[in-house]
Amino acid sequence: MKTIAAIAALLATTAVAGAAEMKVCVEGAYPPMSMMNEKGEIVGMDIDLTNALCAEIGTDCLLVKTDWDAMIPSLLEGKCDAIIASMSITPERAQVVAFTQKYLQSPNMFIGKADAGLTDTAEGLSGKRVGVQRGTIAHDFMAGEFADVELGLYGSEEDIYLDLTAGRIDAAFVDAGTGEIAFLSTPAGEGFAFFGAPHREVKYFGEGAGIALRPGEDELREKLNGAIKAIRANGKYMEINNQYFSTDQYGE
Amino acid sequence: MRFDLIFKHADMFLDSIVMTLELTVASLAIGMLIAMPVAVLRTMRLPYIDAVLRGYVFVFRGTPMLVQTYLVYYGLSQFEFIRDSFLWTVLRSPFNCALIAFSLNTGAYTAEILRGAIEATPKGEIEAAQAIGMSPLRMLRRIVIPGAFRRALPQYGNEVILMLHGSTVASIITIQDILGAGRTLNGKYYLAYEGLVTAAVLYLALTFLIAGAFGIAARHLQAHLRPASTR
Repeated sequence: MKTIAAIAALLATTAVAGAAEMKVCVEGAYPPMSMMNEKGEIVGMDIDLTNALCAEIGTDCLLVKTDWDAMIPSLLEGKCDAIIASMSITPERAQVVAFTQKYLQSPNMFIGKADAGLTDTAEGLSGKRVGVQRGTIAHDFMAGEFADVELGLYGSEEDIYLDLTAGRIDAAFVDAGTGEIAFLSTPAGEGFAFFGAPHREVKYFGEGAGIALRPGEDELREKLNGAIKAIRANGKYMEINNQYFSTDQYGE
Repeated sequence: MRFDLIFKHADMFLDSIVMTLELTVASLAIGMLIAMPVAVLRTMRLPYIDAVLRGYVFVFRGTPMLVQTYLVYYGLSQFEFIRDSFLWTVLRSPFNCALIAFSLNTGAYTAEILRGAIEATPKGEIEAAQAIGMSPLRMLRRIVIPGAFRRALPQYGNEVILMLHGSTVASIITIQDILGAGRTLNGKYYLAYEGLVTAAVLYLALTFLIAGAFGIAARHLQAHLRPASTR
């Protein structure tokens, strides 16, 4: 009986999918941007932004939950018409898909003891040890801009936070969004705070995340670009942003 | 294969070789200092002390070095009284944590290798030493220990190679050893295998050198065991 219900549900989805004007691939596994709630629904900032953008261009949107690896193939095969999944605009991806302007550019920031008086300058960090995730853009940035600062190279962000609380490193340099959700807003993060400026240097961090479309969809791209500007201008973006983050995730 | 990227980061790999060698050599040296008394004491089968030493060997041979390293690094740092004590000046450094875990680990293995070699001392050598009136300590120093080292050489060579390979565990506690450098390369350029292949080739080369050195040492130290015609 369950199986029949599932098949019926599947057929219904397919039928609706045919009727929807725009299918959007989303991930559902990247909190707090895109995640599953207890009811099994996809929620998150990417999802709220998707709904806001669809409302702005006056289109019905259907969310298609897609694994990260399958995102671009699904788009190219027509299983969805756009990817809204915090996908960074990279030269490699730009060869196969067309990106809108950025809609998100989460900065990287330093986290340290709130009362340590740390600053993000060469003097402020001299003699300190900073934890980064090995081989990430944050690692590149530290190696490039703070060549004299000793780095601790970690396999995962969780390990960075363990050593930050233990005091083995004086600061962490991480994605501000996940740093806030995974550490600062948890009991372990008590007494710690961001310090210094949000870092978005294009040389290291690229242009941010955009919406991926099939190449040649110029009309849709212009509409979405307009919609991104519109929700930035009318405050809708920040209204959504502030439900998840204390800092603006869009950047300049 | 992106050879260009590998050679672009030759400096990083050279530094990482130094780091791996430092860790491996220092661990083996400290491990040997632990192993020698443990091995000799264990052959004496002293009450109580033997139980403690057996426990040490049992625990460190019975658990993976990865787990031991994690426990020393992340485990001990969870206790506030450790972070507040003088121990923290040692344990704060990832290198020291790796050194402690690796030394204790290789110490346990080496102790067993040496114990086996001591217990395999031919009875005739002991009887001869006793017959000319050597004290037990002198016999240990002149007959048993030198002989045991010679007998243990091939097995110890294996332990050195295993320790070199085991030192890759250091890369998980933030140390930039050879594997760490390889993983940095992979992460930096979204590569799948270039960094790992480079690391593998470097470990292979080091292993080749170590095996060669032990081969030469064995030829000299065990010359008396070979047939007369080939000496």
